[in-house]
Amino acid sequence: MSQTAVPEETSGRRTVEIDSHAINFGPQHPAAHGVLRLVLEMDGEVVERADPHVGLLHRGTEKLIEYKTYMQAMPYFDRLDYVSPMCQEHAFALAIEKLLQIEAPERGQWIRTMFAEITRVLNHLLNVTTYALDVGALTPPLWGFEEREVLMEFYEAASGARLHSNYFRAGGVSRDLPAGLEERIAEWAERFPKFIDDLEGLLTQNRIWKQRTVDIGRVDAEAALAWGFSGPPLRASGVPWDLRRAQPYDKYPLVEFDVPVGRNGDCYDRYIVRIVEMRESVRIIKQCLAAMKPGPVKIQDRKFTPPRRQEMKRSMEALIHHFKLYTEGYHVPAGTTYTVVESPKGEFGVYLVADGTNRPYRCKIRPTGFAHLQAMEFMAKRHMLADAVAIIGSLDLVFGEIDR
Amino acid sequence: MVETTGVAAADMGADRLCQAVAALPGVTAASVSLGELIVHAARDAIPGLMTTLRDDPRFAFEQMMDLCGVDWPERAERFDVVYNLLSVSLNQRVRVIVATDGTAPVPSICGIWPAATWWEREAWDLYGIVFSGQPDLRRILTDYGFDGHPLRKDFPLTGYVELRYDEDRKAVVYEPVRLTQDFRSFDFISPWEGMTSLPGDEKAHETWKAEGRTGEAKP
Repeated sequence: MSQTAVPEETSGRRTVEIDSHAINFGPQHPAAHGVLRLVLEMDGEVVERADPHVGLLHRGTEKLIEYKTYMQAMPYFDRLDYVSPMCQEHAFALAIEKLLQIEAPERGQWIRTMFAEITRVLNHLLNVTTYALDVGALTPPLWGFEEREVLMEFYEAASGARLHSNYFRAGGVSRDLPAGLEERIAEWAERFPKFIDDLEGLLTQNRIWKQRTVDIGRVDAEAALAWGFSGPPLRASGVPWDLRRAQPYDKYPLVEFDVPVGRNGDCYDRYIVRIVEMRESVRIIKQCLAAMKPGPVKIQDRKFTPPRRQEMKRSMEALIHHFKLYTEGYHVPAGTTYTVVESPKGEFGVYLVADGTNRPYRCKIRPTGFAHLQAMEFMAKRHMLADAVAIIGSLDLVFGEIDR
Repeated sequence: MVETTGVAAADMGADRLCQAVAALPGVTAASVSLGELIVHAARDAIPGLMTTLRDDPRFAFEQMMDLCGVDWPERAERFDVVYNLLSVSLNQRVRVIVATDGTAPVPSICGIWPAATWWEREAWDLYGIVFSGQPDLRRILTDYGFDGHPLRKDFPLTGYVELRYDEDRKAVVYEPVRLTQDFRSFDFISPWEGMTSLPGDEKAHETWKAEGRTGEAKP
């Protein structure tokens, strides 16, 4: 707070004028990326204190999951971070697999790895382009959303839904890829790097973009660790940490990719890290397509996998299995696990407590953006109001996930 | 050369870490399950234990990734507070669990990891777990002015109040929840053992009772 001392002549008393005011940013603001309410204490146009109010999109997901069978709980994960649905399903599927001690078949794992990377591109396209929109560039989102549409068509072809896919299962994926999809993805992977070049042509060396992002919201490695950062914001701060590399799951140990690491930890580095990650994702997708062989996509155990419809017309056993799986579901032996995946936003974790029944006893979801948003408090300090918007954009926040 | 699978290697690493952590003051139990190290600790020892886990080069847990509550209503100390720590330099994880009840405060660790503040607020909001030394223990996820702690097992799934926009009063109003259909929760645990009498057998049971036979025995 800037204090203007006005000396008073009478008896040594002085009047202090404080020029500070609080403003309410959001919850209905296009640059708030959803429903963020930010109470900002301003000194002129400089942010003195930022107090994010979250929870406006709280739907009680964790409570609802406690009342659903494991299979019924899966769609809730799409609705958390609705721009990277499959990565979150991935965490839940892996957590259940760990407790059940089962493993998805080869092809199922390759499909999951590939779609996790498609999801990463989907997410980064949305983030980088809307972040540019927040900062004032209109063209990137117009271009980027067209590319997203292509990817969402892949989603639709595989799962039947463009956004809330509900595709991954404990023990594989719900169904095999339709004929021709692999070729379409391969074709896309060939031409997509050209799009990244175009996008970079708009932003990377753009003078206005650099003026708005370089040295804004700097976080050093020590602070990033203390504030629980993960994913691109952590890597942008110079910590070489990627769960796909350090604690690999599914087919990540078999694919080759580089982990981009930034140096300055500012908004610009976070942008660059995401751009490079998109290129790496395309590399991984190509390797997945090359390595994929025909075969079963989900575990061939009737106690976890529902039978095919044709089978149900002939076999009583199949009918019973189908009925039992879709009413009661499978029972998961008692145990706990904290299973994490590298979602596009960072470490997405599921802390699952099973008590031997067909429902989770407790399913804690570790949202990525929660920790990042919390750090707004110190990141936005002494920045201009417009820079606070750039910082929010660079953190890649989605409130479906933060508020659960 | 002996090849070790991923899980076995994780178990070996976790076992070594387990022995080191078990020797720390305040740790009451340490075990490895599914390749994950789980440590139970005394409530009051938490700040010291966490500082050691962060600063000791053998552990080097630089990050507190997650903090959450778990409710076990049948226990005397009904809540678990679960901390998930991560070391990015040594690539290892540990889960620290302390028990508490609705009133006894757990020492806050926001001085060790500033990131803990929001997670502690969340645990307070959803479970009513109190953290001592936490300067900012406001609610975080639920509505302004919300009453109760929704993730407790005795809190109903539907909640107690619902809100809607009232056209007459031109305002959002809170009202007690009214369900058009009763809340249904099916118990799948043991459909056969739970049912000692089949529908239509009531008379037979009465006869057996009169004859001094148990319902289990076949007539």
